[in-house]
Formats: sequence, C-alpha cells, structure tokens
Amino acid sequence: MSDEVRDAGYDDWLDAVEEGEAYYLESPEGHGSLPPRRVCPDCGSTDLEEAPLPETGEIETFSITYVPTPDFGEDAPYAIAIAEFGPVRITGQVVGVDVEDVENGQTVELEVVASETTGERVVGFRPR
Amino acid sequence: MSDVRVAGVGLTAFGATPERTGRDLFGEASIEAFEDAGVPRADVEALFYGNFMGELAEHQGHQGPLMAEAAGVRAPATRYEAACASGGAAVREAVTRIRNGENDVVLVGGTERMTNLGTGGATEALALAADDLWEVRAGMTFPGAYALMAQAYFEEYGGEREDLAHIAVKNHEHALPNEKAQYQQEIEVTDVLEAPQVSTPLGLYDSCPISDGAAAVVLTSEAYAEETGLEAPVSITGSGQGGDRMALHDREYLARSPAAREAGEEAYEDAGISASDIDVAEVHDCFTIAEAIALEALDLEPVGEGITAARAGRTTADGDLPVNLSGGLKAKGHPVGATGVAQIAELTSILRGDHPNSEHVEDATAALAHNAGGTVASALVHILEVER
Ligand SMILES: [Zn+2]
Repeated sequence: MSDEVRDAGYDDWLDAVEEGEAYYLESPEGHGSLPPRRVCPDCGSTDLEEAPLPETGEIETFSITYVPTPDFGEDAPYAIAIAEFGPVRITGQVVGVDVEDVENGQTVELEVVASETTGERVVGFRPR
Repeated sequence: MSDVRVAGVGLTAFGATPERTGRDLFGEASIEAFEDAGVPRADVEALFYGNFMGELAEHQGHQGPLMAEAAGVRAPATRYEAACASGGAAVREAVTRIRNGENDVVLVGGTERMTNLGTGGATEALALAADDLWEVRAGMTFPGAYALMAQAYFEEYGGEREDLAHIAVKNHEHALPNEKAQYQQEIEVTDVLEAPQVSTPLGLYDSCPISDGAAAVVLTSEAYAEETGLEAPVSITGSGQGGDRMALHDREYLARSPAAREAGEEAYEDAGISASDIDVAEVHDCFTIAEAIALEALDLEPVGEGITAARAGRTTADGDLPVNLSGGLKAKGHPVGATGVAQIAELTSILRGDHPNSEHVEDATAALAHNAGGTVASALVHILEVER
C-alpha cells in the first residue's frame, strides 16, 4: 500500500530520522507527540512545533516476537520494544544485537532499518 | 434510569468452522436467542451488530442489513466496530436506545469468521486494532502488544509466567462443562510454560485461540416485558465505556488499563452498586495478562495483585469471585465481534441458573462483563442483575 503513495507526516519523519534530524511535535505546554498530527492530544493546542528528539532513548519494555504478521515473516524472531525519548515514547525493533541480549533500561539510538521480508522502512532501536 | 431486560440469548459453538459464512453463524445464534426469548421477530425495532474484520475475512462490508436478513428481522440495522470490543459497543448502544425510550425490543448480536484467514491472515487482521503507522509498521503484533504490557507489569509489580499460567489453567478448567466452548480440555501449568513462545513472555497457551462464532441477545424495555408477561429475570442495570490513546506507547502506564477503569466506574455508578457487590465476572482475557490488568482496573483486585488472583484461588470456580466461568476468551474462544455479546449471553445463563457452571454461584445477584478493544483504547463494561 505504501509502496507508491507516501504517508505524509509519517514518511517525512522517517526521512528526518535517516538524515539524523529526528524530531517530535511539541505543544506550548511541553507535551510531546508524533506526526502526522494537528492537535496536541494532551491539551488540545493546535500550535505544534517540531522539536529535536533526544539522541538516545531508554527501553521501557520489550518482547521477542516469534509469531509475526506475514509482513515480518522473514524478520522473526525480533525484539519489539517501547523506548522513551524524552517527552515521547516510540515503538520499534531492537537491531544490531542478539534478541537474547535486549534488556529493560538499555540505552538506544533511533535508526531506520529495512524489513527483511518486504524491504519497507521500519523504526529501529540500536543499543549503544 | 430504567433497566433493560435480557429476554433471550443465543450462541453458536465457538471454534474452527472455516467454511461457515458469517450470515450462517449469526442466523444460528439468532434462532436460539428468539427461541429462548419467546419474543416475535416482528416486534424487533432495530439490530445493533458487532463485527471487526468482515472486510478481510469475507470481503463484506455493510453487514448490518445482511445480518438482520439472516436473523429474519426487518428493521434498521447498523454495524458497530470497536475492534475486539465491537460486540460490547453494540450492546451499549442498544441499552442506551431502550433506556431513552426510543426502542422497546431490539436484537443485539455479533459475529466473527476468522479461521478461514489462516494464522498469518488472522494475525494480520487482528493487528488492525493497533496504530498502523506507529505500531504495526514497527512489527508489533496483537500478542506482541500484550507481551509488552506483561513485561512492563513484571517490571513494575513483579509476578512471573507461572502466575499467568494459572489464569489459563483456570479458564480451561471452567470451560470443561461448556459445550459452546472451543476447548473443553484440561491443561496443566507445565503445558502453558512449555508451549511454543508467541511473543515473550507470552506463549501459545497464554493466548486466546482464533475462532469462528456468533452471539445474539434479545433486549426489551421493562414496560414491554411486563405487558407481554415475559419471563426475563436478568436485567442490564449498568453500562460504561472508556477510551484511551490509540497506541500503547502513548499511555501513561504501560501495565494499566485506565479505559477499563473509566468504563467500570461509570457502570458501577449507573447500576448503583460497587465492585464489592459483584458476584461473578466475565473479563476480556484475550491474553492471560489481560485478565490480571482488567481485574485491577475494575477494582476487583488491588493494583499489582491481579496477577496472583487465579493462582491463589480467588477467581476460580470455588473462589470468592469466579472469573470467566464460561472459559473466557482463552478457552471458550474469541470470535472478536461476537465476544462482547457472548459475555452477556453467558452471564445471563449463569444468573438464571441454566448454565453448566451456575452451581458455583447459586446465590449470585450481580455480574460484570468487561469487553476490551485493541490494547484497551476501547473498554465496555456492563452490569447484570437478577431478580431472585
Ligand atoms: Zn499539549
């Protein structure tokens, strides 16, 4: 579906991550959120500005997925994780380490990787 | 608010019947519901119908009128979609309409055909309940999402896989006498612990199966029940719904369910009772961890203790508060659009005394049904009470 037509906001964000310019959306009250978004889900402000995402995040929870959807058939097993990057949390796949070595509290950097199954872009977390 | 009478209930057996169409499944459930109710089809003023993945499983949208036809009902019909809480959302809409005096007799139902999609196809379809951009494209599956919650729960409150295993063992045990259940099969804690891993820490036996099935209930106003002399001792006396951010990572707590808490608080207040009045509950155990988190959100267990409830015997058939006497989603099965309606059907039978597990709660007067969508961005809670 996303092969030809981009998802504005989301794909732009992946581009920015690839260029080392990852950002989040910040409302005047300091709430963080991810695009595409016109309204802050916390306070309703429509005055959202792009702010630089912290360079590293911390894994808050993770799971090693053995039974994936067909789009990730060749990728499994992989570690899916939720990591906190300052005011936002992001869901992504932990890359560059054995799945057995993933831990809560691990410091990770954001990176766009490609699905081994479809070649589509995937949000990745690389422990450092 | 006036109460809503449950006039009749009907369920297909839940299981793997990949060749059966949704309309056939719902037709069967509706026949049983009308027979049970003794209400003429001609009196039905509306159908409220829950379904989640009909477009993928059957290439079929616009299922409301199709299912009214399947049930032999000529009435306005609308499909409600709230992922795995679609059935509960349909129930709530029906309850609201009757209470508002807009309808006196309605049919509420839900169906899901899933097994024809195969495991991969059904896994993909269930993932539609999550945020496509920010969760599914990252590789998060539905079991994966609950696994993230389980891991977060262990981190925050403690607990271990063996605690979760006892939830699965309990629900299988409860399903043994239930002929409508997908699995009438006893399992041991070691079976759960040694089952293939799906998404750590959850294994195959922590997960509900992929199921086909349908449920139907006939609801009426008090006035209609009295005028026509219906024998309908069970009423829906409370309804609540809660909502939350779509993606799990946007929740304040990764191991709690505030949407279920909101829904529960609203339903308790609506019914004029409190959590301590509940005698029996059906909660949405799509995964073992989901039952633990739901019990806490509904104030049926203190936060951080829901995970030990089954292991300690508090929620078993002979415990203080039997949970999922039907077998729950885990063993009874989870045809997603049917589940919220099936919970009402099972609890009605349990309270009336005609369920194979009624004997465990002979004096029960109040029951709770909790139906959740996605990682609980939608939650529906209903309270049922019986006249004894
Ligand atoms: Zn804000």
